[in-house]
Amino acid sequence: MSDFPTSAKVVVIGAGIVGNCLVGHLARLGWTDLVLLDKGPLPNPGGSTGHASNFIFPVDHNKEMALLGEQSANQYRGFGLSVDSGGIEVARTQERMDELQRRMTSATAWGIEAHLLTPAEVKEKVPFINEEIILGGFYCPTVSVVDSLETGTTMRKEAIEKAGCQVFANTEVLDLLTEESHVPGQTKIKAVVTDKGTIEADYVVIACGVWSNRIANMAGAYIPLVPAVHQMADVGPMDVLAETNNEIGYPIVRDMDTFCYERQSAGSMEVGSYGHRAILHHPDEIPSNEEAALSPTEMPFTPDDFDDQMETAIELMDMLGEAEIKYAINGLLSLTPDTMPCLGEIPECRNLWSAAAVWVKEGPGMAQVVAEWMTYGYPRVIDVHGADIARFYEEEKTDEHIWARADEHFIKTYGIVHPSEQWEGQRNLTVSPYFSRQEELGAYFFSARTWERPQWYTSNADLVERYGLSERPNEWDNRWWSPITMGEHLNLRENAGMVDLSAFQVYELEGPGAVAYAEYLAVNKVDKPVGSSTYTPWLTPDGGFHSDLTMMRVGEEKIRIVTGVFDGGRDSFWVKKYLPEDGSVTFKDITMETTTLGVWGPNAPKIVGALTDADLSQEGSPYGSLRNVELNGIPCTLFRISYVGDTGWEIYTAWDNGPALWDALMEAGAEHGLRPTGGGVYGTSGRLEKGYRLMGAELESEYNPVEAGLARPKVKAADFIGKEAYLKAREAGAEVAMCTLTVESHTDSNGVERFMQGGNEPILDMDGNRIVDSHGRVSRVTTAGPGPSVGKFLLLAYLPLDKAVIGTDLQVMYMNELFPVKVAAIEGSVFDDDNSRLKA
Amino acid sequence: MAELRILTLIKRVPAPGARINITDDEQFVNTQNLGFTMSPHEECAVEGAVQLIEEHGGESTVLTLGPAEAEEQLRYAASIGINQAVLMDNGGEDWDPQRTAKAIGDAIEQLESESGPFDLILFGNESADSGGFQVGIRVAHRLGRPMVNGIKGIEVHDDKVVAKREVDAGSEVYELPRPAVLGVKEGLNLPRYPTMKGRLASKKVEINAVAPAADAGGQAKVRLLRPVETVSETVILGTDESAAAAVVDLFEELGVL
Repeated sequence: MSDFPTSAKVVVIGAGIVGNCLVGHLARLGWTDLVLLDKGPLPNPGGSTGHASNFIFPVDHNKEMALLGEQSANQYRGFGLSVDSGGIEVARTQERMDELQRRMTSATAWGIEAHLLTPAEVKEKVPFINEEIILGGFYCPTVSVVDSLETGTTMRKEAIEKAGCQVFANTEVLDLLTEESHVPGQTKIKAVVTDKGTIEADYVVIACGVWSNRIANMAGAYIPLVPAVHQMADVGPMDVLAETNNEIGYPIVRDMDTFCYERQSAGSMEVGSYGHRAILHHPDEIPSNEEAALSPTEMPFTPDDFDDQMETAIELMDMLGEAEIKYAINGLLSLTPDTMPCLGEIPECRNLWSAAAVWVKEGPGMAQVVAEWMTYGYPRVIDVHGADIARFYEEEKTDEHIWARADEHFIKTYGIVHPSEQWEGQRNLTVSPYFSRQEELGAYFFSARTWERPQWYTSNADLVERYGLSERPNEWDNRWWSPITMGEHLNLRENAGMVDLSAFQVYELEGPGAVAYAEYLAVNKVDKPVGSSTYTPWLTPDGGFHSDLTMMRVGEEKIRIVTGVFDGGRDSFWVKKYLPEDGSVTFKDITMETTTLGVWGPNAPKIVGALTDADLSQEGSPYGSLRNVELNGIPCTLFRISYVGDTGWEIYTAWDNGPALWDALMEAGAEHGLRPTGGGVYGTSGRLEKGYRLMGAELESEYNPVEAGLARPKVKAADFIGKEAYLKAREAGAEVAMCTLTVESHTDSNGVERFMQGGNEPILDMDGNRIVDSHGRVSRVTTAGPGPSVGKFLLLAYLPLDKAVIGTDLQVMYMNELFPVKVAAIEGSVFDDDNSRLKA
Repeated sequence: MAELRILTLIKRVPAPGARINITDDEQFVNTQNLGFTMSPHEECAVEGAVQLIEEHGGESTVLTLGPAEAEEQLRYAASIGINQAVLMDNGGEDWDPQRTAKAIGDAIEQLESESGPFDLILFGNESADSGGFQVGIRVAHRLGRPMVNGIKGIEVHDDKVVAKREVDAGSEVYELPRPAVLGVKEGLNLPRYPTMKGRLASKKVEINAVAPAADAGGQAKVRLLRPVETVSETVILGTDESAAAAVVDLFEELGVL
């Protein structure tokens, strides 16, 4: 093979839908010197693309999945390799009917046409359905069936024509070679070793579907996914289908409550299931092309696992019972521990990228995301913090964790998943130093990636009576919620609350270049006197939010970075990604050496003051300042800041000192009404009343600080990532503003009080129209929750400036019903607007 | 004609299409990636039995000697219409043809003593894995019944079975007195696939266990070998008239010009 290349700019491994679309998109973005490899033959190398059912239901509650699904559907349409068959999700239970109302809401949010159908209307569209066992259906006319193999081939050809992409089928990757990078613990990709030769490469992208983790492991890296079986049987022929003379003539039916679908394929019906037990495989168990009777990812069918699905399928469509099972497989697809894809540069190895755990339905869109990411430093088409592979912590990359989580969520593929849904298994991976105390107090824990955080404390149940609070009347609204959290909120406002913030991710930059590098990361000025802090966005090169966090000047050459647990992986990788190569800055993760307690409320100064002689007045400990003090003899750093709107401190101490600090504060706080207080106050109600934004909710790369109301009056002189774009954004001015809305009536058509969950519910004008800005960004609820101190339920949403006017009447859609809302604050708070309590 | 009783014998074998790997000790097939099936001949035998019962009425039984997992193949037969199933679990050991035939012959005698004789016993022409061509004829011999192999056509009459097999010049037609044994070949019919209802019904078919007992015969396995893979190569000689010369050269090389 004398023509086999010895070097390339980019090597993409895997010629399924993702790899093919990726080289196509890279070519469109001007990349050249591309190589595409696959160990199998073309056009179907034997991965999951080759056996996919190839349909796209565009409505998803998750914004990334919905918008990238739609983006993908449009790319398939653009090639003429797609048919809008329509699709119906049918409900057999009332709970599912409620879920379909929620689907209608998400359809409205993303601007996708959808209708609720009666059983008779479903029957009109699908004459062979048994309408007597369903309660209704959710019909989406733009559900499409696509030709993923031909689309991949087309994109590959485009890459060959535009960029001279070299394609090598039947070429197996044997190893990935890496070299040292300037960041300790991180390598850099050097070359791809194949059975045809070795290619040195600047970039390597793993788009190997179910094999991806095995390939990543060759470089000492991880793509946390597991191959899992999705069973599918092709049954037929059936005259009613054959008579359509079409690959697809009837809408696809998703029988949601049995986790099955029925999708016409010419004269036959494909019956697919997500209802069987989770059947997981190690990549090494997947046969080679030669060892596979069909293809490697079409494993031998295990009929026992499918029998229950057959019974329920026949219930829905009696004709299926007499149809012959012509072909049935245990088809492999990829599952990740948190259900989201794995996109982006892999933290363990620079310039090694992942485009994996992507299904056919979102393949072209996600390929575009990765291509843009490689080109522009961050994707442009949409924010993908949920799919960013850097989000994972080490504990999430173990096979044990991946398998256990995949085992738990496989059955939820068609499940009804609450926005606050908690994991059953793989809990307590990381707990704070106060865990045993919290358990004794009956803490109700929510998991935050690997961490456990109390959401509320059952020991505070008396506050429900004290403040006259009650449960929510609807079970869904009340699920994963307790009125105790409102009690904790009101007690904090009246007395004081103590919040465990140990899940904060804490990093240190140290060295002669530390301050300058910190400046380069941050929008706001970090180079301030020792003991100062900076609350600041970090921007993408395009000027959108990458991060939103606090940086502290803890030494002349030392900067501490404190960020949220959901962002730690992404933020630490961002720091390493841009770390100066001259060795002037070192990076250290001190999360597990440090613990943090937040004490806030009008009594906070008295409580903390009881443990120290230090001056805790606003002069002695001004807002935003750091002070090293001893509390009851325990060395601590007091950081006067508040994310809940009342005065107090984040108190940092060594991990091992945590329990003693907790006990001292609880003892000192006993006479001042101090209560342990959960994340429901810290993360939702407290910050909501103040209009404080949260990374990943209000703050995403699609928005910039000007729009989020976080632009300071002046721009610092120092250069920083995204500065040019930021300056342009300031010049252009904001088109939207971050607003707080109050819900004016909670009563639905059944006379039941309903409470929004902050799950992308659309904000509509009084005529019921969606509100979309010139960038196509829709006004939707980014956070929802109670404002106990203002007696209103609060929503955060971006609104165009003409609507971002206090007093404007709008509507929010929730469960497919409209509720009146009013704009109550713009880039500000509905509680203590002048921040007098913060300065108390 | 009185209702028929037909027995069909099947064997669980690796599904074709995949490369068959052999364990390091060269004694067994490595089954890790394999699906399992019965041989195509046996699929036709099962289909033939179902069709004959559909035509004449009666009852069909399927029997296998093999591992417990061979229940999968018995249920498959049941899913397309076989009424009863018998599993002779030999723990998945590799039994030689003599031993297998003796055990199956004994079992047939036992079944017939309990429920009456089988009018017709169908084997596949040969097994898809070991291809010994022995078990059928040995069982027939043991039972003292006539047998013809290679059958692609069956008619059952009151007093005889008419069986047809293809030969180079045409076909041979045999008349066998009942009860008879036939070894059938792929092509006898086009086997149906199971329907979903058939599959579900097959779950309810009781699997009768008959313990196999027979001494080893004279044939012993030394080791398994995988045949040398023949790699075929395709050379494109050209895509327009310029290919003509290359075609001529090739023909000359092959000696056909």
